[in-house]
Parts: sequence; structure tokens; C-alpha cells
Amino acid sequence: MLYRENGQFKTTYSADQQLMPIAQDRWLMIALVASSFLAVPLLASDYALRALIIPFLILTIAAIGLNILVGYCGQISLGSAGFMGVGAYVAFNLTLRVPQLDFLVVLLLSGGSAALIGIGFGIPSLRIKGLYLAVATLAAQFFLDWVFARIRWFTADSSSGSVSTNPIEMLGWTVERPVDKYLLVLGVVCLLTLAAKNLTRSYIGRAWMATRDMDVAAEVIGVRPLTAKLSAFAVSSFYAGVAGALWGFVYLGSWEPAAFGVSMSLNVLFMIIIGGLGSMVGSFFGAAFLVVLPLLLNQIPGMVGIDLSTAMKSHMESMIFGGLIVLFLAIEPHGLARLWAIGKEKLRIWPFPH
Amino acid sequence: MPLAIGRLRRHWPVVLLAMLLVVGLVAPLAGGAATSGFFLEVLLGGLMAGVLYSLVALGFVLIYKASGVFNFAQGAMVLFAALATARLAEQFPLPLAVVMALGLMIGFAWLVERLVLRPLVNQSAATLLMATLGISIFLEGFGQAVWGNDIYRIDLGLPKDPMIVGARLFDGGILISREDLVAASVVAALVLALSLFFQKTATGRALRAVADDHLAAQSIGIPLNRIWVIVWSVAGFVALVAGLVWGSKLGVQFSLSQVALKALPVAILGGLTSIPGAIVGGLIVGVGEKFADVFLGQALARWFNLEGGGIEQWFAYVLVLAFLLVRPEGLFGERHIDRV
Amino acid sequence: MSRRASIGDVLLQVEHASLTFGGVNALVDISFDVLEHEIRAIIGPNGAGKSSLLNLINGVYAPGAGTISYLGQVHERMHPHDAARMGIARTFQSLALFKGMSVLDNIMTGRTLRMRCGLLAQALHIGPAAREEIEHRKLVEGIIDFLEIQAYRRQPVGSLPYGLQKRVDLGRALALEPRLLLLDEPMAGMNLEEKQDMCRFILDVNEEFGTAIVLIEHDMGVVMDISDRVVVLDYGRKIGDGTPDQVRANQQVINAYLGVAH
Repeated sequence: MLYRENGQFKTTYSADQQLMPIAQDRWLMIALVASSFLAVPLLASDYALRALIIPFLILTIAAIGLNILVGYCGQISLGSAGFMGVGAYVAFNLTLRVPQLDFLVVLLLSGGSAALIGIGFGIPSLRIKGLYLAVATLAAQFFLDWVFARIRWFTADSSSGSVSTNPIEMLGWTVERPVDKYLLVLGVVCLLTLAAKNLTRSYIGRAWMATRDMDVAAEVIGVRPLTAKLSAFAVSSFYAGVAGALWGFVYLGSWEPAAFGVSMSLNVLFMIIIGGLGSMVGSFFGAAFLVVLPLLLNQIPGMVGIDLSTAMKSHMESMIFGGLIVLFLAIEPHGLARLWAIGKEKLRIWPFPH
Repeated sequence: MPLAIGRLRRHWPVVLLAMLLVVGLVAPLAGGAATSGFFLEVLLGGLMAGVLYSLVALGFVLIYKASGVFNFAQGAMVLFAALATARLAEQFPLPLAVVMALGLMIGFAWLVERLVLRPLVNQSAATLLMATLGISIFLEGFGQAVWGNDIYRIDLGLPKDPMIVGARLFDGGILISREDLVAASVVAALVLALSLFFQKTATGRALRAVADDHLAAQSIGIPLNRIWVIVWSVAGFVALVAGLVWGSKLGVQFSLSQVALKALPVAILGGLTSIPGAIVGGLIVGVGEKFADVFLGQALARWFNLEGGGIEQWFAYVLVLAFLLVRPEGLFGERHIDRV
Repeated sequence: MSRRASIGDVLLQVEHASLTFGGVNALVDISFDVLEHEIRAIIGPNGAGKSSLLNLINGVYAPGAGTISYLGQVHERMHPHDAARMGIARTFQSLALFKGMSVLDNIMTGRTLRMRCGLLAQALHIGPAAREEIEHRKLVEGIIDFLEIQAYRRQPVGSLPYGLQKRVDLGRALALEPRLLLLDEPMAGMNLEEKQDMCRFILDVNEEFGTAIVLIEHDMGVVMDISDRVVVLDYGRKIGDGTPDQVRANQQVINAYLGVAH
């Protein structure tokens, strides 16, 4: 009734191919974006911004990046946190050693360096496939871990191995309050999501999906495996690098090398599995899930009257997480995004049952 | 004779590595007794560590060989089995505790088959891999929630003091850990038993059939579900043995599951479908790591102004990565031919 | 027929090609040629090596011995994407469609080679990138019209019946605007009506676009009806080469199909 496409005829190809062909979707998206920029800063508490919304947004960027590599191009990667680390450490070194640089430039350079490293570690994907590739990406992860922990230059000779950041200077505006940080991250998320959506709908995105579905057939129609896979690694690592820089500067403030270790890689992978592989909106869902679950686990036992130690809570978190992974893969391998799509389908014919 | 030469040519990486090993053994001997003593110590230490890696890698290979699933949860299984034994041994005599732990692992195998493998039976390898990741996380949390997350001791009654060998040949002699020697013999016995099991028994044959094509295996009447429970139980048994050996050496704690992360490249280096491959891979990685740490680590620390150490973090993985580029199916793995 | 009159020079030349898989001789000393604008059929009992021959032509396998020359140039090691770039397209016996994509997207992937705009332009979807996409969309819609699958363009290919999937496979190959089209059993598993449709499409492609076609087919009626020349394989060797009538009268071919011991 509300969500029908009645009367919305497309008379040109560009109308048919637009991002949101259904008018109701367009209105919803405009409303969502407007309220994100205007309403949320006014209504949300500093705590909500700092502990929930900002990490959610930054993790979404990382999730979109990994989704491009794993969900769209079919290359399993367990090293995404390593590339996040590259972005974070490059950003740290740039702000430290070249303080005149605007933070936007720093972000671009962080993403760019992560992309270059990503291409380097992506080269094995031409010979190695499937789970062998997963193990090869672990090599990248552990090697990068070691580089950042041991090579003193990266941590500016810090004795403990941890680094801390200065406030962000961007276009003459000092980003210090949670609201400022939120708006910065929101802006980046909007831009990068739009870019990712455009890419996945373009011939490059189709080449990625062709490589994922059947790489021999893809080669037969002219897709160069080299170009497809390395471009996926490059774009994915770019996103990871930007996410890492933001994670370190905006969310953490200061960090040790363990912050970008293998557990972060696995977290990003779980985000996209639960959210939905090969789906933009799924990356958002997955990131939200990952941020909300620990919070729930923290609050609910207290509310129900059960007292759990912090260690026990983290164990419960692991159990629920692991259990949900298996559950999702068994019931809905396409994740929350598929449930969302099914919901929308039902809405289109509501109030009729079919 | 020609058959042997043909065999050698096919397994050229192994031959190359063996030759490198021999050269490496002989060269320092020319350099004098003192250096070669140290060298031998590092070598033996590496071999022992390698044997322990092989033990965990065996579990990977078993499950992959028989069900085509790459079991990321093997490390968590090792931890769980070790935790169970350690805590049960506080209440019951050790042999009984071990048997009870084995029972738990069989129960776990049954649960995995029922709740994970059966629903995901026709999914892609990537999906199954991620499912085992989920199992791994679950098991780590569950194990620690039930058994606690302190460090626990397992006392196998193994002598802890090292042996000193060849005090006359080398300066001060070479240190060999008795514990490691026992571990090595256990692994050798296990490998023999498992190889025989796979090659000679009917169940072993059924396991190999299932790994090759489970639809075809089903259509000749092999009970898929029971086979999977058997496989995961055997892998659980291997995990238990690994847990006991590692646990008595390092103490039973959470970091035990990280050890399994090392065993991953070992299994792949050996070629995931080969039991002897897991052993050879383990030895190569163990020795390689030790040597890299001792020799390469010093060099790198000097050149790059490093904090020092830590090469073991990534050496095994990078080694395997380099190897896979040359030979994507591992040392003894089977070549995969794509039919179009 | 007017079609026969337009048959031109040698497009593809296979000379003494052999292919071995770990001890099994898939192809032994195969030589034949394909002329511009003609329809060439490859027939033979199962396991004769027909699909392997097609794989050889488009670079999926490299010959162990012998050469393959296309448009007069000998190719040492041709990768499938090189073959695609030179205008050789193919369909697969087992329908190698991209199951995760819709019909429209599957056929659009065939245009990948011709799309030029870089990563950044695509990400921003501005001017040249948007125009390019529309241009290629028009061409792909033309193919969709030709194959009469307009109603299914947005459906995921995995959900279509087998006959329609075969058409999508053909459409994707046509999107390359090929000079040489390799069809691997295009009519396998089809009923009479579907076969007639497919025959019509193949003939139309040859007439309208002038594409030379090499097809593997088991249905002798189809082969005799539409092909200009036929190659017969048996146990990896060529046992017949000529017009359909010549091949039909060839004793060796008859023996191979009737199973006389050799």
C-alpha cells in the first residue's frame, strides 16, 4: 500500500539504472541522511556518540572495504586489520612529521599507502585460491603486526610501543568535541559508501562478481584476473586504511599494535558475514551488530539481576558470537541484508499476504 | 630404479630441502666443534618444536582429508581438551580424567556434526571455513566459561630435566629435552597408526571416499553422518594428545589456542591431504623458525634498529606463502585440475 | 544459399595439435581450419576430445604440441582473455554463468573489454562513465531483444529454467561482438521446440553479424542441416573432415558411431 511502485515507469536507461529506482526509497534515504546530519547531533548524548555511533560508522567503512574483497570479488582475506594498521600508523607519522598537512590529505594518503601495500599482498591471489589465500593473508597480518611493533621508526621510538595522537586539524577546524568527530566521520562514510555503490554497479564491480562466481568463465569473456583481483585488493585496502586512520585518531586517540591484530581482522570478517556478503547495507547491519552486542551483553545481565564478572561476560560474548556465526551461515548465509530484503518484499505487497 | 627417480623428481621440493639440511649440518662441522654444537642444539630444538606443531597440524589434515572442511577450530579443540583434562584431573586420577576428556571430545564431535555440518552440507568451502571460525570462537568462550581462565598444570609424570648428550664431542654437550623426545615418539606412533588406519581399514577407505565426493559416497551407502562424527572424534583425540603434550610443557592457558594458528601453515605446507606431509611440514617450520629467530633475527635487529625478536610471529606464514607461490598444492598435496 | 556465398578466408588454423592430461591423450595430431563466416560442426562420440579442442582454441588449455593460428598469426601461449580480446567468444557445456548476478548483468559483463573509464571515474559515476554505461546498455538490450529474453532481464540467472540459461550464455558470448563463436553443445538437454529456437538464433547470428561459428553437437539432424563443414573426432584423433554429405558417407565415421571394434 505504502511501498508500491505503481505509476513509477522508467523511460530512460539512466532512470532505470539509478541507485534508488523506487521513489519511496529515495525519500527515505534523503530523510535518513538529513536527520543524520541535522537531528542526531542535537539529540544524541556525547556518550552515545563516542561509544556507539562513531565506532559503528568507522567499522562500517572497514566492513564495506572487506565486503568488496570478500563479498563482491570472492577473495577471502583475514588480514584486513593489518591494512587498517597501515592507515593508522601512516596517519600518525604524517601528522607527527609533516604537521602542516590538512587531515583530509592525511586520510587520503593513509588510504593510498594501505592500497599500495594491499596490492603487494594481493599479488599471491593470482596463484593461490580459497583457503590457501586466507592463510596467505594471515601472513600479511602477522608481518605487519611485527613491523609496527618492532620497527621503532613507526612508533616514533616509543618505548612501550603505543602511540597517541594530537587533535585533528582539518580545513581550519579543530575536531575535538564528539559532535565534530561525528560529523567528520559521517561525511567520510557518506562519500565512501556512495563511491563503493557506484563501483559495484560499474563494469569493475561486475568484473569482481564474475571473478567470484566463476573465474575461468570470467577470463573467457575478457576479464583479466590480475586487474580484477588487484583492483579489489587496492580498493578494499584503501577503505581499510581510511578506517584505520579514523579508528586510531577519532575513536581510540592512542593505541598499541595489538589494536590492529588478528582479532580485529576476524571481527571485520564476522561483521560482513552476519551483515551479508556482497551487500552494502549489510555492511552497515554487521557493524551495528558488532557494536551493539557487547553493550547488550554488558547491560542485560545487570538488568535481569544476574551478576557476571567481566571475564565471564567476554566469554559469553565469544559464545554468542560464535554461535550466531554458525546460526547465520546455516539459516541465512546471506545475512541480515537478506532478511532486510525479504522484509522489503513483504512490505511491497502489504497488506496483501502475497 | 627408474620408479624411484621418477618419485624423486615429482617431490623435488623435499629433495631440495633435505639437501639443504644436510649441507647445513655438515658446514658448521667444518667450522669447528663449538659452533656445530650450538648449531645442532638449535636444529634439535627446532625439530622438537616442529614435532609439536605437527601434532596439531595432524588434526587439520585428518578433518580435511576426510570431510573436505578446513577446521579453524582445531586450536580451540586443543585448548578445550587440555582444559578439561587439567580441571578434571583436580578431582579424579589423571588416566580417568583423560578418558573423560576424550568422552567430551566425542560428544563435541557429535554436536558439531549435528548442529554445524549437517545444516551446511552443500555450502561452499568458504562458508564451512567461516563456520569453523565460529565454532572456534564459541569453543574458546565456552571452555573458559566452564573451566576457568587461569593457568593450569598437567602433570604427565614426564621428566622435566634435560639430557646432556655428547659432552665429549661438543663443548659442554648438547641439551635435549626429555619431554620433547617423548612427544616426538608419541607423534611418530600416532602418524603410523593413522596412516595405517586410512590406508588399510574399511573405515579409512570410507573416510577417503567421503572427502573425495560426499554425494557419490552417500549413493553407495556410506553413512555420511556417522563418518563425520568418527572423523571429528579422531581429530578430537589428536587434539587431546596435543593438548596434553603442549599443556604439560607450557601449562594450560588461553595462549594454547594461539599455538594452533602456527599449525595452520604447517598443515598447508605439507599439503592438506597428506599425513606424512603434516610431519614434514612441521619439522620444516619448526627448524626454519628457530633458525630464523637466531640468525635472521640478529641480522634484522642490527640493520633496522629493531626491538629484537618476534620473528616467529610471521616467519612460518611468510615461508608458506613463498612456498605456495611455487607449488600451490603444498609439498605432498594433490594437484587440482579444473574441468571446464 | 546466400550465406554459403559469403564464406571467406581461413580464420583459424589448427595444425598437428596435441593435448595430454597426465598420461591421458585427449587430442592427438589434430589439424583443421575454420573459414570466415562459416558454420563448422565438431562431432564425435563422448570422450572424443571435442570440448578439449574448444578449450584449446580459446586458450583455456595450451597445446602440448602443434600450433594454433588465428587471423594468420601463430599464438604461442594464448590466455582466454587474449582470445576474448581478439574476438573469440564461447559458451560452455556446463553453463558457466555468474549465478550471483541478473541476466542483464551477466550479459553486460561481456562488454567489460570495451569499457574504458578508470576506477575513479566509475566511483564518482560522472559524465564519461555514466555515458559509457548507457551506450553499452543499449547494445546489450539489442542482444536481449534478439534472444527474446526481455521479461527476465532483472532475474537472477540461477532461478531461470535451463533453456533460458542457455540463451543467456549465448547472449553473454554475443556481447563480445565476436568474429569466431565457439558453442559447446548449445542444444544439450533441450526439447524440439527449444532446439528449433536455438537453431534459428545460431543461423541469425551467422547471417546478421557474419560470425564464424564452431559448434559441438550430438544431434545429427541439426548438424547436417545447418553446418557448412564437419570435423569428426574419435579417441582424440580426427577421422573425418568435409561437408555433411561427405562425412555421412565416411566408413570410419560410421564405424565409430556404431561401435565397431578398433
